[in-house]
Amino acid sequence: MFLSMSHLNKTYSGNKVAVEDFNLEIEKGEFICFIGTSGSGKTTTMRMINRMLNQTSGTIQIEGQDISKMNPVQLRRRIGYVIQNIGLLPHMTIRDNITLVPRLLKWSEDKRNQRAKEMIEMVELPDSFLDRYPAELSGGQQQRIGVARALAADQDIILMDEAFSALDPVTREMLQDLVKNLQQKSGKTFVFVTHDMDEALKLATRIVVMSHGKMVQVATPEEILRHPANDFVEELIGRDRLIQAKPSITTVGQVMLKTPVAMVSSATLVQALKLMHDRRVDTLLVTDKENHLRGFVDIETLNDNYSPTKQLGDIFNERIFYVNENAVIRDTVDRILKHGYKNVPVVDDDGKLVGIVTRAALVDIVYDALFVDDKLESTGNDDQETTGTTQPSSDSAMSQTAKSAQGQQASAESAGTTTSDETKVGD
Amino acid sequence: MMITFLQNFGGQLIFKTWQHLYISGISLFLGVIVAIPLGVLLTRFKKIAGIVIGLASVLQTVPAMALLALMIPLFGIGAKPAIIALFIYSLLPILRNTYLGLEDVNPSVLDAAKGMGMSQLESIRMVELPLAAPVIMAGVRLSGTYVIAWATLASYIGAGGLGDFIFNGLNLYRGDLILGGSIPVIILALVVDYLLGLLEKALTPRVTGDEGGQS
Repeated sequence: MFLSMSHLNKTYSGNKVAVEDFNLEIEKGEFICFIGTSGSGKTTTMRMINRMLNQTSGTIQIEGQDISKMNPVQLRRRIGYVIQNIGLLPHMTIRDNITLVPRLLKWSEDKRNQRAKEMIEMVELPDSFLDRYPAELSGGQQQRIGVARALAADQDIILMDEAFSALDPVTREMLQDLVKNLQQKSGKTFVFVTHDMDEALKLATRIVVMSHGKMVQVATPEEILRHPANDFVEELIGRDRLIQAKPSITTVGQVMLKTPVAMVSSATLVQALKLMHDRRVDTLLVTDKENHLRGFVDIETLNDNYSPTKQLGDIFNERIFYVNENAVIRDTVDRILKHGYKNVPVVDDDGKLVGIVTRAALVDIVYDALFVDDKLESTGNDDQETTGTTQPSSDSAMSQTAKSAQGQQASAESAGTTTSDETKVGD
Repeated sequence: MMITFLQNFGGQLIFKTWQHLYISGISLFLGVIVAIPLGVLLTRFKKIAGIVIGLASVLQTVPAMALLALMIPLFGIGAKPAIIALFIYSLLPILRNTYLGLEDVNPSVLDAAKGMGMSQLESIRMVELPLAAPVIMAGVRLSGTYVIAWATLASYIGAGGLGDFIFNGLNLYRGDLILGGSIPVIILALVVDYLLGLLEKALTPRVTGDEGGQS
């Protein structure tokens, strides 16, 4: 086990229990989120990992070594640390800030400068920032430097304490994406403290829910959403998010049609035309022999270039938009709709064609999302005021939804496809 | 009149000014090397910080003349007791400003510095002292001005300095001697304050890339 915490207790003077019997085994490369209300002991637990706090009892081991037997200063240089208030050293340039730990570790200046360059590129900021001072950067940029600093000495474990909660939502999301990418690429182990469930669901491979110093549930984001351990977890997630989050954990693979109309590029145009006619489609996907997606051919192109001797491979269009089957629907829908594609092929990790998302399927998804949201808003109103006065407004919300859903349906039909009639209100 | 004064006392003036500067300089230097480390130390032992700073404040309230007189039975007369008395006076502003300056460093910065793996000494040397430098230097400047002004009194216990002119002038009812002593003291205080100001500027860390951008 990479990082193992067993029977951790932390009691402050006056017998105030901050953490009680905390047990967690973390594998290398995991992204663990500690989530809980304030006073739940999540930050306390995290700060015990780099000995910013010492536990009252229990042990923490990193690769089998008890950290209480290590020199805390040396230990901290092995562990990245990012805090909410960023804490860049205001009197040092960005270069010096990034290479702070390498400097403490007495790296040569050349090596440090090179590392500063790599790091600033990694957090997607221009090289010219290296000679600036923290005060000249925006909050989001500063926290990017905070992240770079935590990774600059090849630390294996990165601790982040509400690192993004002081940032505006747009910046926060950008940094979440950045950190998630970095973590996936680098395979480093992250322990991330947050009180924001969206953030935890987005980033974590496993979420540790804490309340009053105790662990309430440890599970993957999907599992937490599907089976919250108790009312507290459910409340923390929020009922609306429980339902709203569904599209976010639904992958493209789950909603796609598994029977795309496709042909290998060596097929003749005659064969292609026949397939189009049989399947009643105006576009064919083109693959190679191993079923890797190569492009598409539509009826106009086929007509313009028709010749019995030509093969599909001679005329197909390589500029095709596709999505990965593991992509999350929530991220994908917008992109598909924005580009205005009728159908979007789905590939697996090897680039092999596995299915297709039609606009009809997207309509289902959008329709579900809209209906569910409005349903919840009206429930929310009812909770606040239990009188009947909210009834009309929720009615109008419902009828608006129905209208917009009809609109979607109509446009879908005009595009030559059909939608299913089943409605999934409030499931 | 000034020319006559310089003709008569020029050599003496230079000598006394040097003496004055020497007494003040050594006192201030001792004050700095004692009060700054002490101030840093106090930030690690906050419980006794109040007591120590309180004690230094009490010493500050002892009238200068009385303190100088008290030095005589302990250290005799001459430059030594004067330097010790002035050193005691220089302590408080530097001590208090060092303590406050370090206390004023943003706790997030300290938390990050510690979390990155800085030892206590590294944190003090690389983070706390640089960031507290302007406040500490303000204390040093204040002490510098005090010490130069009070070094005048040191003449009373035989330490020499520009005070000799002033006291002679008082005894002999000679205005020119009083002025001849006072004006150089004022000039000296201003020059030293200006020079320490330059030092303060040099020690104040840059926090922006703009020229002269200081916090």
